[in-house]
Amino acid sequence: MTVTLILIALMMAAFVGWLLRQSIAVRPWVADSGQRPASIPAAFTASRVGLVAFLAVVVSVFALTVSAYLMRMEMGADWRPVPLPGLLWANSAALVLASLALQLAWRAAARGQARRLRQALAAGGGFTLAFLIGQLLAWQRLEAAGYYLAANPANAFFYLLTALHGAHLLGGLVAWGRVLARLGGGADATSLRAGVELCALYWHFLLLVWALLFGLLLAT
Amino acid sequence: MAEREYDASRYAPPAEVGEMELPHPKGFIGKYVWSQDAKVIAVQYGLTATAIGLVALVLSLLMRLQLGFPNSLSIIDPGSYLQYVTMHGMIMVVYLLTAIFLGGFGNYLIPLMCGARDMAFPYLNMLSYWVYLASVLILVAGFFVAGGNTGAGWTLYPPQAISPGTPGIDAGIVLMLVSLAVFIVGFTMGGLNYVVTVLQARTRGMTLMRLPLTVWGIFMATVMALLAFPALFVAVLMMLMDRLLGTSFFMPEMLSTGEGGDHQGGSPLLFQHLFWFFGHPEVYIVALPAFGIVSDLIATHARKNIFGYRMMVWAIIIIGSLSFVVWAHHMYVSGMSPYFGFLFATTTLIIAVPTAIKVYNWVLTLWRGNIRLTVPMLFSIGFLFTFVNGGLSGLFLGNVTVDVPLSDTYFVVGHFHMVMAVAPILVIFGAIYHWYPKMTGRLLNDTLGKLHFWITFLGTYAIYYPMHFIGLEGVPRRYYAYGETTFISDSVQALNAGISVAAFIVAFAQLLFLFNLAWSYSRGREAGPNPWQATTLEWQTPHTPPRHGNFGDELPVVYRWPYDYSVPGVKQDFIPQNVPPQAVEREPDAGRGGTA
Repeated sequence: MTVTLILIALMMAAFVGWLLRQSIAVRPWVADSGQRPASIPAAFTASRVGLVAFLAVVVSVFALTVSAYLMRMEMGADWRPVPLPGLLWANSAALVLASLALQLAWRAAARGQARRLRQALAAGGGFTLAFLIGQLLAWQRLEAAGYYLAANPANAFFYLLTALHGAHLLGGLVAWGRVLARLGGGADATSLRAGVELCALYWHFLLLVWALLFGLLLAT
Repeated sequence: MAEREYDASRYAPPAEVGEMELPHPKGFIGKYVWSQDAKVIAVQYGLTATAIGLVALVLSLLMRLQLGFPNSLSIIDPGSYLQYVTMHGMIMVVYLLTAIFLGGFGNYLIPLMCGARDMAFPYLNMLSYWVYLASVLILVAGFFVAGGNTGAGWTLYPPQAISPGTPGIDAGIVLMLVSLAVFIVGFTMGGLNYVVTVLQARTRGMTLMRLPLTVWGIFMATVMALLAFPALFVAVLMMLMDRLLGTSFFMPEMLSTGEGGDHQGGSPLLFQHLFWFFGHPEVYIVALPAFGIVSDLIATHARKNIFGYRMMVWAIIIIGSLSFVVWAHHMYVSGMSPYFGFLFATTTLIIAVPTAIKVYNWVLTLWRGNIRLTVPMLFSIGFLFTFVNGGLSGLFLGNVTVDVPLSDTYFVVGHFHMVMAVAPILVIFGAIYHWYPKMTGRLLNDTLGKLHFWITFLGTYAIYYPMHFIGLEGVPRRYYAYGETTFISDSVQALNAGISVAAFIVAFAQLLFLFNLAWSYSRGREAGPNPWQATTLEWQTPHTPPRHGNFGDELPVVYRWPYDYSVPGVKQDFIPQNVPPQAVEREPDAGRGGTA
C-alpha cells in the first residue's frame, strides 16, 4: 500500500495545508473585522475545481490498483511477467499525439479559431480511438499467444489496468463528443473554451497515468 | 474591536443569479421526480435510505429472534441467518448511513448553509441520486434471485465469499458487488458536487472559518469518501473478475472434495488490505457528519457558542487525515507482523486525541449553557453518552493484545454498534427533529418525540451493554446457534432473550417516529421561519420551506460566524449570520460588552 499511501499523503498534505492556511490566523468569532478569505483566484472556476477533485479520485483508483499489483506480485509464487507487445509503443505515440492535438484545440478555442478548433478536436478524438483500437489489438495478440486473462495474475493485472485506463478514456470521449456536438451545432469557438480545456487537461492526465502504468509494466 | 467597513465585493459570486441560469422545473414530475433541486434530491435520498434501512432493521429483528428464541421461526436456517447478517451490515453502513448523511443532509444543508442557490452541478447531482437508487434496486434484487443474497458477511472476505458452501455464491454475490460498484459511481457524482459547492459557491462573507461545523463535517467526510471508496471499487472489480472470469487476484488454490479448484496463488489478505483501506475511513465518513451536526445542535439548543470552534475544525481535519493510516487495526488477527500491529495500534490510539478534544468541547459548550431540553437536544446528549461509551470500548480493541482474544466476539459487535451505529443514528434523529420544521414548515410532535427518544436511547443500552459481557465470555459473533460448549454459561441464553425483547421494543418505537413524520406533515404545529432561534443561513430564508433557488432574489451576505448565541450586551440571545454589526440591537446600558 506504500504507493497509495504516498500519493494520498501528498494529496492530503496539499489540501490540508491549504485548509490550515485558511484557518490558522483567523478569529472566527469576530464579526466583520475585515478578514478576507484567501479568496479563490479567478482561475479556479467551479468546473476546473470539479475536474481536479475528480482527478484526485482517479489517482486513488489507479494508485490502489498499482498497490494491489505490487502486493500480489510479492504474495504468490506464481507471477510470470507478460511480454509486452511492441504495439504498445505505437499506441503510446498515438496517445501523445491525441494529447497534443487537444492542447492545440484548447489554444484554438482560446483564440476563437473555429476551423482549427474543429480540426484539432477531430484529430484528438481520432488519435484516441486509434489508441483504444491499438489496445484491443494488443489484447488480441496476447490472447493469440496464449496469455489468457485467467492463466496468470500478471496477465490479469495487465488486462485490468489497461481496461481501467481505457474506460477512463472512453468516459473522456463522451465529454469530447459533447463538445464536438456543440461545435457542430454552431456554437462559438470561444464559448467552448471551458469544455475544451477540461478535455485537454483530462487527456494530459490520462497520458501521464498511461506513461506511469506502461513504465510499471515494462519494469516488472 | 474596531468594526471596519465591510467590502463584500472583492470575493463573491454574483448576488443575483439570473433567472435563466437556474433550471426551473415544470410540473409535478419536473419538481419532485427528475428534480435538480438539491433540497428535493436530499429528500429523495433520505426516503430511499430510510426505506432500505427499514429492510435492514427487519433483518436484524429476524436475527434477534433466532438468537433470543432459537428455532422459533422455521424460515430462519443457518444459511439465511448469514444472509441476514450480511445484508443488515452492508445496508446499514453503506446504503443507509453513508447515503443519508452525505446524500441526504449534505444535499439539503450544504447549499443552504453556504448561502448558495444550489449545488455546483445540479444535473450531476440528480444523476447521483438515480444511480444510487439503481444500486439499491440491484441490491434488493438479490433477495429474489435463486440462492438468495450473499451470506459472506458485510466484509465479503474471499475466499469464502465466492466459494461453495457460502449462501448466494451464484447470483447473490455478483449482485452485491455490482451494486457496490454502482453505488460508488453514484456517490462520486454527488461527492464532487459537495466538495465543489463548499469550495466555490459560498456566499459573500462566508469564509471557510465561518462555516457551520455541520458543513465542515460533511465536507471532510466527502473528501475522505472520494479518496477511500476507490479502494472498495478496485476490490469489488477484482473480486468480480475472480468470480466471473476465473482470475486469481484473491482466490488461493483450494481443495474441494479432494479436487483442486480453478484458482491458484491468490491472496485473501490483499482483499483485506483493500477492503479496510476503505472500511476504516468509512467509519469516519459516517462519524464526521454526525460530529458536525451534533455541534450545531448543541450550540443552538444550549444557546452558547461552540467551545473551541477552530479546535473543532482542526480536529475534523486531523481525524480525516489520520483515518487513512489505521486500517490494519481491523486485521490484527490476520497473522501480521507484531511490529506492524504495534504501528497501527499507535496510530489508532492517536486518533483518540482529536476525538477526545471534540467530546470535551461539546461538554464545555453545554457547561453553564442555557440548555433547552428540546428533542434535538435530548438526542444530542444521548449521542454524547453513547459515543463516549462506544469510544471507550474502542480503546480496548485498539490494543493488539486485548483485541486478539476479543476479536470476532460479541464485544466487537457491542462496540461498533454503540460507536458507529447507535451514535450516528441518534444524531440523524436529532437532526431530523431539528430541520424537519425547515423542510416542511411544521414542527414534529414533541411528546411523541420525547417518547421516541427515551425508548430508543434506553433501549439501545439494553441491547448493546449486555453484548459486551457476552463478548467477554468469548461468545463468537455471526453464529446461528451455539450448541454445547464448555465456555458459554447458561445465563448467556437468558441475556440473549432479554436483548431480543429490547430490540423488538426499540424497533417498534421507530413506528412512533414514522407516524410522527407523517402526522406532523399536515397536522404539526406551524413552525415559522426560525423556530429554534438559530443563526445559520438556512433559517433566514424568505420562504419556509425554502423555494428553488433558496434565497429569493438576493443572496445573503454573511458578517459573522454561526455561533453568536447569548452575546453579552445584545438584546436577542442570537444574532443570525447575515445581520450586519450596525443592525444588532444592544441593551441600552450595557455599553460595548461583546465583540459583536
